[in-house]
Amino acid sequence: MLKQLQELGHKGTLVIEAMGRAAILLLNSIMWGGPGSAGFKDLVKQIYSVGVQSLIIIVVAGFFVGMVLGLQGYSILVDFGSEAALGVMVSLTLLRELGPVVTALLFAGRAGSALTAEIGLMKATEQLSAMEMMGVDPLKRVVTPRLWAGIISMPILAILFSLVGIWGGAFVAIDLVGIDDGAYWGNMQAAVEYYDDVIKGVFKSLVFGVVVTWIAVYQGYSAVPTSEGISKATTQTVVISSLAVLGLDFVLTAMMLGGL
Amino acid sequence: MSDSQSFITIENLSFYRGERAIFKDLDVSFPRGKITAIVGPSGTGKTTLLKMIGGQLTPESGKVIVDGKNLSELSRTEILELRRESMGMLFQAGALFTDLSVYENLAFPLRTHTNLPESLIRHIVLMKLEAVGLRGTRDLMPAELSGGMARRVALARSIVMDPELIMYDEPFTGLDPVSLGMIVKLIEGLNQALGLTSLLVSHDIEESCSIADYLCVLSGGKVLAFGTPEELLNSEDPEVRQFLRGEPDGPLAFHYPAADYRQDLLQGGK
Amino acid sequence: MKTRFIEMSVGAFMVLGIVAMVTMALRVSGLSGDTFAETYTVKAYFENLGGLTERAKVSLAGVNIGRVKRIYLDKDRYSAVVEMEINKNIDNLSTDSSAAIMTAGILGEKYIAISVGGEEEFLQNDDWIDDTQSAVILEELIGRFLYNMSNSND
Repeated sequence: MLKQLQELGHKGTLVIEAMGRAAILLLNSIMWGGPGSAGFKDLVKQIYSVGVQSLIIIVVAGFFVGMVLGLQGYSILVDFGSEAALGVMVSLTLLRELGPVVTALLFAGRAGSALTAEIGLMKATEQLSAMEMMGVDPLKRVVTPRLWAGIISMPILAILFSLVGIWGGAFVAIDLVGIDDGAYWGNMQAAVEYYDDVIKGVFKSLVFGVVVTWIAVYQGYSAVPTSEGISKATTQTVVISSLAVLGLDFVLTAMMLGGL
Repeated sequence: MSDSQSFITIENLSFYRGERAIFKDLDVSFPRGKITAIVGPSGTGKTTLLKMIGGQLTPESGKVIVDGKNLSELSRTEILELRRESMGMLFQAGALFTDLSVYENLAFPLRTHTNLPESLIRHIVLMKLEAVGLRGTRDLMPAELSGGMARRVALARSIVMDPELIMYDEPFTGLDPVSLGMIVKLIEGLNQALGLTSLLVSHDIEESCSIADYLCVLSGGKVLAFGTPEELLNSEDPEVRQFLRGEPDGPLAFHYPAADYRQDLLQGGK
Repeated sequence: MKTRFIEMSVGAFMVLGIVAMVTMALRVSGLSGDTFAETYTVKAYFENLGGLTERAKVSLAGVNIGRVKRIYLDKDRYSAVVEMEINKNIDNLSTDSSAAIMTAGILGEKYIAISVGGEEEFLQNDDWIDDTQSAVILEELIGRFLYNMSNSND
């Protein structure tokens, strides 16, 4: 009994220690500058591999999610005779929740895991140590541009996800089940508020971008430099960032509905 | 060997990994302008020692003095400065940056730490590549190099800033005999041509003896023996003899400590 | 060549993001250009807002002409004050115009519908609309209905 208590305490301190390390990592890598710091070109390169290369999966997923929302929403709303509100339902669901959240989950699986594996491999092949021995801070050189690439890419991906999803919903609503396209778009335009729905959704995805990328680079940077350690770190990235996104989503939603 | 001749002096150094002591009150110094090979059984912290000299790890107690500077008294920036001005390191895996070409790998330290014009950087890079005989590979990516070539490029990169000290972490492992011969010749040649102080960590006794001016045998966190290869090969110390000659059993036990074999068998169970 | 492709696709990615934001504004949230145009403010007292919120629409003959800017309580009169910003182009609302809180559909959002009177003078910035009609509260309607029912049964 006491032993289990001790074990729990031990695990607790390990978690807190890891959080502290992650915070220090973020603090030391969020700012640009210093000898050998990455430049604008590195940022562009990272946005390409983190953002542009995630585009296809995001767009395809967004379109399907939008179509599913259209079908499901229609079958629910038609019972109340209010299928004209389908556009409202699809767009609000996407902008407020599914856009930011699903994008963040896909991003964690597509880009987050790749970031972790890449940095972990650089550590295992002593590239990070080599930088240190050259008097270059690997945080500024390797972590900073990746962190910012994630933070910049996520809101763009999320807004594209929502946009494509709304058109997917429109495709189902107007072309498949035959809702009047004026009703679909008109009711949507009447109900969607630019600040309350679009901007708040973008803000959410910005927060998710910071969190997911942060977890990914931390996992890579602190991975045990063996093949087993890297594979474990990659899994951890996906698991932890998915849970963090869902948990934070609740907190953010509560704050936003509370009038922020 | 007086202090003025030693480039690196280590005094009373202790280092722990968790509960386990890697080094305890280690005292050793490495002479300036010579090749010293650090040999010893796996797990005695040879690479750890290199990392401490490079300032990547900080000892729990004791002093590491490099070129008259006590590392523990230096700030982080001063350590970075010391590293880039007087240290080069060749890592076991080569540690070439996989996203940069061979040319860019060599140019990286120059671009980062100097404001040299591109034409001069080109001169220096090509000169160092020529020194390792790989000027023709400048446009290749590290993934396109063989293991031996990658290590030679890494060697060229570690001398691109003209360091005074160069540390080699296991430079001989995993190479075919031809590449190995090349590396041995390069290390020896570089040391003579540039007047470098070289530290070499290796398992490979034969190759180490062939180029090292001094051998330093580490075992159990202590310096077991320090001297020229001839001195040590003729040493009477049984542990030194066993290690240098590669005898399977001796003071370094073949058996991991365990209970009596007969008793273990008789006990049954697990 | 590779770098050129990377840089161009990142640029396109950024442009795509901006285009998406603009599309969201115009097509999805129906934010039209005149929201940003110059406006003037008129105020009105209402006995009961019944769920009218800030940024709700103000319409004339079903066309959007402005938004609710601010809602607060006048402590002395115990009634709500609604400040509306009206598009400057619509400068010919007569001083005896009336404002009513309406509902879009049965359960839709609340908005303010303006109807114009016959006066020659027009509303200026910070003028008051005197003739207002509060929101229809469903509970009150049902209450009145039940009351009438019981009365007629007598």
